[in-house]
Amino acid sequence: MKSFDEMLIPEGDVRDPYARFYEWFREQDADALGEKAGEAEAFFRRTGITFNVYGQEEAAERLIPFDLVPRIMAKAEWDNLAEGIEQRVTALNAFLDDLYHDQEIIKAGIVPERLIVGNEAFLEEMRGFRPPGGVYTHIIGTDIVRCAENEFYVLEDNARTPSGVSYMIENRETMMQMFPELFAQNRVRPVETYPHHLRRSLAAVAPPACDGTPTIAVLTPGIYNSAFFEHAFLADQMGVELIEGSDVAEIDGRIQMRTTEGYKPIDVIYRRVDDAYLDPKVFNADSVLGIPGIMEVYKNGGITIANAPGTGISDDKAIYSYMPEIVEFYTGTKAKLQNVPTWRCAEDDSLKYVLEHLEELVVKEVHGSGGYGMLVGPTSTREERGSSPRS
Amino acid sequence: MALLGRTANGLFWMFRYIERAENTARLLDAGQRIALTNLSSEPDEWQSVLVSAGVEAAYAAKHRDYDPDTVVDFMLCDRDNPSSVRASLETARTNGRMVRTALSRELWEAVNESWLTIQRRLAAPVTARELPAVIDLVKRQGALIRGTFQTTMLRNEIFDFCNLGAFIERADNTARILDVKYWLLLPEHSQVGSALDNFQWRSILRSVSAHRSYAWEYDGEYRAVNIIDFLMLNRRMPRSLAYCYTVIEESLKYLNRNYEVRHPCFETATQINQRLSDASIRQTIDGGLHEFIEVFIRDNNRLAQEIGQNYRFYPTA
Repeated sequence: MKSFDEMLIPEGDVRDPYARFYEWFREQDADALGEKAGEAEAFFRRTGITFNVYGQEEAAERLIPFDLVPRIMAKAEWDNLAEGIEQRVTALNAFLDDLYHDQEIIKAGIVPERLIVGNEAFLEEMRGFRPPGGVYTHIIGTDIVRCAENEFYVLEDNARTPSGVSYMIENRETMMQMFPELFAQNRVRPVETYPHHLRRSLAAVAPPACDGTPTIAVLTPGIYNSAFFEHAFLADQMGVELIEGSDVAEIDGRIQMRTTEGYKPIDVIYRRVDDAYLDPKVFNADSVLGIPGIMEVYKNGGITIANAPGTGISDDKAIYSYMPEIVEFYTGTKAKLQNVPTWRCAEDDSLKYVLEHLEELVVKEVHGSGGYGMLVGPTSTREERGSSPRS
Repeated sequence: MALLGRTANGLFWMFRYIERAENTARLLDAGQRIALTNLSSEPDEWQSVLVSAGVEAAYAAKHRDYDPDTVVDFMLCDRDNPSSVRASLETARTNGRMVRTALSRELWEAVNESWLTIQRRLAAPVTARELPAVIDLVKRQGALIRGTFQTTMLRNEIFDFCNLGAFIERADNTARILDVKYWLLLPEHSQVGSALDNFQWRSILRSVSAHRSYAWEYDGEYRAVNIIDFLMLNRRMPRSLAYCYTVIEESLKYLNRNYEVRHPCFETATQINQRLSDASIRQTIDGGLHEFIEVFIRDNNRLAQEIGQNYRFYPTA
């Protein structure tokens, strides 16, 4: 794939959505912009807008890179993209519902059974259970790249516990403070309503046991988790509790949190803890991050878990390669968003091709996520390519 | 919105450690002044700084003698010393990060920035010459945090738990200073009530930032009874035991009202406060200042534990 310049056309012209920005940009003094970038970093550092990288002692908290050049999308482009994402998310939800019930898509021979049965992300516990509102994937982080004018590709459908939205909102906030004139000159759609929408989405799927206004909580693994800032940010912006596993217990068939006044039931839990750690009684018995007994309470209608357990079966890298067919199967229409060309290394011919073209390709583990467990061919060294798994 | 027990715990300890960082800095300030005068015939002045901070055993486990630079480094920078300025601020900030949804954005930023600034300042060893500036920096950051706290936080239970942490820590600190220095104030060392060589005494007042306010409250002469009265029983002195307990009792009263329940910790606090009200300075000295302080420190700790239990800071097994 060729690289694509979002702002400039090769002949030197500017793409329309960038016209006003580019004009402003050219008037700026490079040193002054550099200074502004430094100010932004200091601001992020002071506010604690950081993320942690596992396995790196040094600089345990790192800053999100801040780009002074915004990514601008025209309304028409955005509308197209939004439609495509909606279609894809609808399909993913239907796919999950099908996998945990009748498995029509396997019967139809579209997705091979071997990818589902025996896949560790497929949870037997979820078979035959339908979450409140029939919603499995309340939050999805679709990774998109743009390769040409109005040409978007999906890189990944993150349907487990995607993170990043808080950095986007804080980035926007910072841009507005540093360059208010840009917002005066351009009509920019606001993004800070996200927490409000999230709260409403979560409140809409309250479990049968809830009477009255649902009590919502964000479950975090704690301050050492890479995305702790985001967990705190979302809880804060939604005005809901930020809890850890040690704050809650299963009492009288409900999941209840320990407050200064005693235990209080939670109705909807937006968990940022992976399936494997969610309930030590059912999954990883050593987990101290989870809530013992939550799966049973969940299945009895005592709590809603967002995202539902077992959504990981829909977004692994092998399933990804079937997404165009999956979208068509459930929505009856062609997928609006394209997949990046993908070779399934389980198939001999594909594997051969991949090994011969490692330098040009990105190789991902089927169950990897969050940038872990992957090889980026074009920027890799010979050693890295030599050590990448061959079976 | 309900307040999680863990959050109340985090607020409480965040403020204990913010208070502690500053107390440690102030103890160093007093120690430094005494050392600089060369008047001190007590080679263990630095040792008494460690005892006041309650970290003598931790120090002795690492170092043999009380070399000034070593003590200063231990109290400022050493991560193995939980009461060092650096470790205290780190603990305060970690707690703050954990409970940041309960803090105003301004307060969280003040805590985070103080930690960043002081950590950077303490990255290289601090020389004797730089010490006053560093102590000043710690005090100013403390003032920034407290000022932000006072002016941006809602007066709800979050505010109360922060205050409880700050004032229980402060009461503990003042009591320890009194306990370490009581021998200076006792009759066998001086005629109670008589004017004395005042240098040591002024250093005691300085370690609680009160050498000027003392002069306003009393006649200007340094007398044992007055100093003890000032640090223990004077309710206008913001670091005295009595003042700390005024705030503690008040905070617990707000919590009673807010939650509509009276816990045993409230009774404990009123008892301690009552004892401070009933005490006369003469009786306290005659009955044994050391004994009085010992009981006070123990009760103060007990109160902290009861608050934690009554407001469910920890999961019960």
